[in-house]
Amino acid sequence: MQEQVLLHYRDLTVDLKPIDNYIADGGYRTARRVFTEVAPETVVAMVKESNLRGRGGAGFPTGLKWTFLAKNTGKPIYLLCNADESEPGTFKDRAIIENDPHQLLEGMMISAHAIGCVNAYIYIRGEFVYGAEVLKRAIAEAYEKGFLGANVFGSGRELHFHVHRGAGAYICGEETGLIESLEGKRAHPRIKPPFPAVYGVFGCPTIVNNVETLACVRHIVERGPAWFKSIGPESGPGPKLYGVSGHVRNPGVFELPMGTSLREIIEVHAGGMREGRTLKAVIPGGSSVPVLRADEIDIAMDFDSVAKAGSMLGSAGIIVMDDSTDMVAALRRIAHFYHHESCGQCTPCREGTGWLEKILIALDEGRATEDDLGKLDTVAKGMLGTTICVLSDAAAMPVRSFLEKFSEEFRTAAGRRAGAAAA
Amino acid sequence: MPTVTVNGVSVDVPEGINVVKAAELAGQEIPHYCYHPALSVAGNCRMCLIDIRAMSAKQPNPLPKLQIGCNTIVADGMVVETDNPRVEEARRGVLEFLLINHPIDCPICDQAGECKLQEYYMDYGRYHSRFALAEKQHKHKVTPVGPDIMLDQERCILCTRCVRFLEEVTGTNELCVKERGDHSELSLARGKSVDNPYATNIVDLCPVGALTSREFRFQARVWYLDSVASVCMGCSTGCNIDVHFRRDNLYRVKPRANAEVNGYWMCDAGRRTWRDNHGDHRLVASYTRRGDEFVQVDASDAVSRSATLLQGCRKVAIVASASVSMEEGYLLACIARILGAGPCIVPSPAVSEIADDGRLISTDRYPNRAGLLALGYREADALPPDVDGVVVVRCDVVGGDEAAWGAALEAMKATVVVDDRIGKAMAYADQVLAIASHFEAFGTVVNRKGRLQAFRGAVPAPGAALAGWQSLAGLLEALGGERYDTADDVFAALCAALNLGSARTHAQLASGGATLGQWAAARASTGFSDAPAASPA
Ligand SMILES: Cc1cc2nc3c(=O)[nH]c(=O)nc-3n(C[C@H](O)[C@H](O)[C@H](O)COP(=O)(O)O)c2cc1C
Ligand code: SF4
Ligand code: SF4
Ligand code: FES
Repeated sequence: MQEQVLLHYRDLTVDLKPIDNYIADGGYRTARRVFTEVAPETVVAMVKESNLRGRGGAGFPTGLKWTFLAKNTGKPIYLLCNADESEPGTFKDRAIIENDPHQLLEGMMISAHAIGCVNAYIYIRGEFVYGAEVLKRAIAEAYEKGFLGANVFGSGRELHFHVHRGAGAYICGEETGLIESLEGKRAHPRIKPPFPAVYGVFGCPTIVNNVETLACVRHIVERGPAWFKSIGPESGPGPKLYGVSGHVRNPGVFELPMGTSLREIIEVHAGGMREGRTLKAVIPGGSSVPVLRADEIDIAMDFDSVAKAGSMLGSAGIIVMDDSTDMVAALRRIAHFYHHESCGQCTPCREGTGWLEKILIALDEGRATEDDLGKLDTVAKGMLGTTICVLSDAAAMPVRSFLEKFSEEFRTAAGRRAGAAAA
Repeated sequence: MPTVTVNGVSVDVPEGINVVKAAELAGQEIPHYCYHPALSVAGNCRMCLIDIRAMSAKQPNPLPKLQIGCNTIVADGMVVETDNPRVEEARRGVLEFLLINHPIDCPICDQAGECKLQEYYMDYGRYHSRFALAEKQHKHKVTPVGPDIMLDQERCILCTRCVRFLEEVTGTNELCVKERGDHSELSLARGKSVDNPYATNIVDLCPVGALTSREFRFQARVWYLDSVASVCMGCSTGCNIDVHFRRDNLYRVKPRANAEVNGYWMCDAGRRTWRDNHGDHRLVASYTRRGDEFVQVDASDAVSRSATLLQGCRKVAIVASASVSMEEGYLLACIARILGAGPCIVPSPAVSEIADDGRLISTDRYPNRAGLLALGYREADALPPDVDGVVVVRCDVVGGDEAAWGAALEAMKATVVVDDRIGKAMAYADQVLAIASHFEAFGTVVNRKGRLQAFRGAVPAPGAALAGWQSLAGLLEALGGERYDTADDVFAALCAALNLGSARTHAQLASGGATLGQWAAARASTGFSDAPAASPA
């Protein structure tokens, strides 16, 4: 069994949530050392050296992102932890937050030290009521110990963490939507440029990182970049959380080396398909990414390999569908989600998400024709690369890939109307 | 200056502008909805998508994705295409998306004819509908959002121009967007109504028929309307306007952009100034007093009777409100000189209930005080002593005290009233000359910042009323003064008198007004102090 780093709590009998247990387990040693002995630039260099790539979905190199911060602006620098985790099929950050909150806080402290941040926010999905409570308690404990506050670890440095709960919108996970929401506005993603590193929350330089990304920072600094790079492909290595849901025997979150094969994840770790069923399709990275057929799962689950296979690692939320799945109905459900969650700013996304769902409902209910399939494809195409954020792409990519990979099934669905008419 | 190439046309453009503007300079149109030069960039309509073939001379690589022109700042060596198949397809897509839930009720929409949705669709659209009518998202149609503004949610394309105007320009924040996705719609902020002094600007800003003026709704098809470039007479700011009219009727006033004066906006009070141009209160003929009665006379008769009356006076005063034009003001100054009257009098600004708001609205509700003062007028609140004859032009009460003013006029041997409407001074008049309003004749005024601007007539003056300059030129001639045959002649003479370089014509004022510098220089060098000096060339 692979060593559990991020999900270390699973190897223990003690609860890591109380800060004393976390400390007894070796926690906060690294943060203390960083604050008292290590220069910020050294931390940035280590993270760069580690090739850590963001776990929020896009896989952007974390160290590089940090270097984009506008310098000497005279404004405070903010660190925002993206804990909005709302992508369908994604539930990995939750595992960290609810079971090992101090791991996240420690990663955030080290990151805050690296980028020169005094106030950091954790923006947590509104439905994570328990997670927010856990984090608040953990933060209160850290203040009591003097790990947060006016004099962090006696280093003379000041650092404050705040928990901010969302109110139930997927778009608050998009980093600039998150920023707007944190500022108290509607989560309408911002046009870029400027990017958050230059003009972020409250108009100040801001870094937004995912929960898992920030948790990784603790371990990179604790064990060294070489250790991190020894796990999985060098271009984007590290321990990785994969969330598996759907028609498998053993759904859940699994910590495995980056680049573990999709087949292994499904067949071994998730226990394979339900009794008497065979695999039909897999969405490898949360509902936003192109679907794969059963014959396409011999791929390494890392950023570059999945991209090469025509999909994306995304949030590594693996949605498994067996042969009982009606692909039209499945896509209809996905389209419903994006229709419901589009913030409504951009014309193609606002109008396109609704249109896609309407066509798919018609298709699913046997009211569509072959013509509508072409329409589905061109509507989706018009939504790609034309909007402020990539929610529009996220709505369009599954549609195009479902149509391409399961064209037979869609044609049959479209034929139902013709069939009904003939009968 | 960076050089930018748009569709093969290279132009040098100012630093820091966006590609939409740069394209304009290159003579290329990038269609857009949400972008407005006076508002922040929202980037939401996605209509202005462009293909960047080279970012700059330093980064000559093309960008993989289409970008929005409104949020792309020019760089030297940038190469942009706005008409290649990729852009055209994307634009067709955006237009199609905009229309799928649109009610397409152009036949009953007031915006028809000046609607960007119509225009761009005709220019760039897909031309056949792929969306089932029954599936359209319906929203509220006739929704009043303010005393003069009606909202049709179905027509709204959610460009947020109106929201941004109310947030960024007036700071009043009456409108916002609520809900998400294709359920998004405009909403009034709780307890609010769009009734701020600049509210109707959002009707102009709205690129489609979502926001319409309740006054203008269903009054006219815009393609039947003509328009003249003019200047608002509502206060001393002199916002540039377009006056929309058809035959003899005015329909509306809209702001005309002038960065030096009003930017893109005007106040609602100014917009309403045309409303009382028609009606029973207008003076449609000239009259002479016979005992207790007024007898109608023709204009030339009225002029010669006035001249005779005034010539019979010992001392005449000329009183003109600050809404008389430069032409009228100049002719009055010439008349004063011939009659040996002192400097013309302009009533001091009344203490107005309207305060300067730091934007456009001025506390001085008259358009030409600065001009009249430059012509040597004196501000006063009463008639000078010893006067036994008075000419009252576009002016009702001096000094705010009606009784005192009435008593003063009562005591006159001769009172000549020149006006475009029936007013209080008429009760004391011996002669009444009917003249045109500023919606009916040419003229110039000088705003509070010393800017000389031209207003233009849109509709004919009612009845027998003549242009103000024409009546006064007649009076001047009847008194033995110079003769002027056209408004341009008067203007040229006043320009010469004020030393505004060589003689000018109205046409030379173009649409933006004359520069402040020329005017200031003119003011410094003229001898206009106590009496109009130079005699017209
Ligand atoms: C519609 C949308 C939803 C997103 N939701 C999340 C989310 O819930 N959590 C997250 O970490 N990133 C989310 N992202 C990605 C963020 O915008 C951002 O890239 C990420 O937080 C950066 O962190 P990283 O560099 O550590 O990956 C979302 C992006 C989009 C377009
Ligand atoms: S792409 Fe969709 S979700 Fe993203 S900003 Fe535009 S309308 Fe909003
Ligand atoms: S009402 Fe008009 S200006 Fe306002 S958002 Fe809608 S389309 Fe834009
Ligand atoms: S004008 Fe550029 S996105 Fe609307």
